[in-house]
Amino acid sequence: MAEHAHAESLALREQFDTAEQQKESSTFGMWIFLITEVMFFGGLFLAYTIYRNTYPTVFGMASTSLNAVIGALNTAVLLCSSFTMVMAVRAAQLGKRKAIIVFLILTLLLGLVFLGVKAYEWNEKYVEHHIPGASFHFEGTAQQGPAQLFFSLYFAMTGLHALHMVIGAGILCWLLYHAARGRFTAEYMTPVDIAGLYWHFVDIIWIFLFPLLYLIDRHMK
Amino acid sequence: MSEHVDSVKTYTAVWLILLVLTGVTTAVAYIDLGAFSIVVALVIAAVKMLLVALFFMHMRHSTSLTKLAAAGAFLWLFFMLAFTLADVWTRGLVGTPGR
Repeated sequence: MAEHAHAESLALREQFDTAEQQKESSTFGMWIFLITEVMFFGGLFLAYTIYRNTYPTVFGMASTSLNAVIGALNTAVLLCSSFTMVMAVRAAQLGKRKAIIVFLILTLLLGLVFLGVKAYEWNEKYVEHHIPGASFHFEGTAQQGPAQLFFSLYFAMTGLHALHMVIGAGILCWLLYHAARGRFTAEYMTPVDIAGLYWHFVDIIWIFLFPLLYLIDRHMK
Repeated sequence: MSEHVDSVKTYTAVWLILLVLTGVTTAVAYIDLGAFSIVVALVIAAVKMLLVALFFMHMRHSTSLTKLAAAGAFLWLFFMLAFTLADVWTRGLVGTPGR
């Protein structure tokens, strides 16, 4: 076996020279992943921009049929979850195990509230026949095709975002399990830090989805 | 990376500003600004994004490499949006050769 330059630990694996280098590598790796996610969601934002520009009237009508107040409240819920997440990361930096657990649980709960509200909104679409498909019907326009297009994009974008939230909730559970076992210390809290980056990124996606889907055509009504 | 621990005060301030901006963007949406309403909505969203990235994602303490990579994301996103829209939005302006 190769000679160990240093004793191995969670904070300092064999292949790294210093703990600082390992931390930087992990953080950078997460950012690279998030950049691919920017392009992933970017494609949907692009499709939305093009079709909104092609069918401005119908997209405006469809957009204003969404409930902006619920959307705004849900945005607030998500921003609160980002706050509790950053507080969990801070607690991890300081090595406060109990505080990590409390803030992670709060983040998880807020994330689940967001998903619950989202499910309520989707159910509303079902009741209103606004789900693209055979029974789709959007009142007040003859252009059913473009209206379906809006709701297809709405479900694709909010659905993909919700999927990221579900994955995020899974990651939070994993973190909670390990935090409860005292795995994270002030010296080694990279998983908490990196999960935080992911969680905030998903928040940023919603920060753009909310005005683009719910708000920008509201003044026309 | 030397560990920067930001104060609870900083995080709370950023959080409250984000909530206020959410309220503002929602309220402004009901005011008729014409085509300008998209601009306002996107500017507020961009400010919120910067607040989340700089403070919650610790970007202001990040290494230059990370900052460069994040900037790169926007460069590629810009390419994708700008070049596709430059095509799609000008299709009516020029004729199609051979038609």
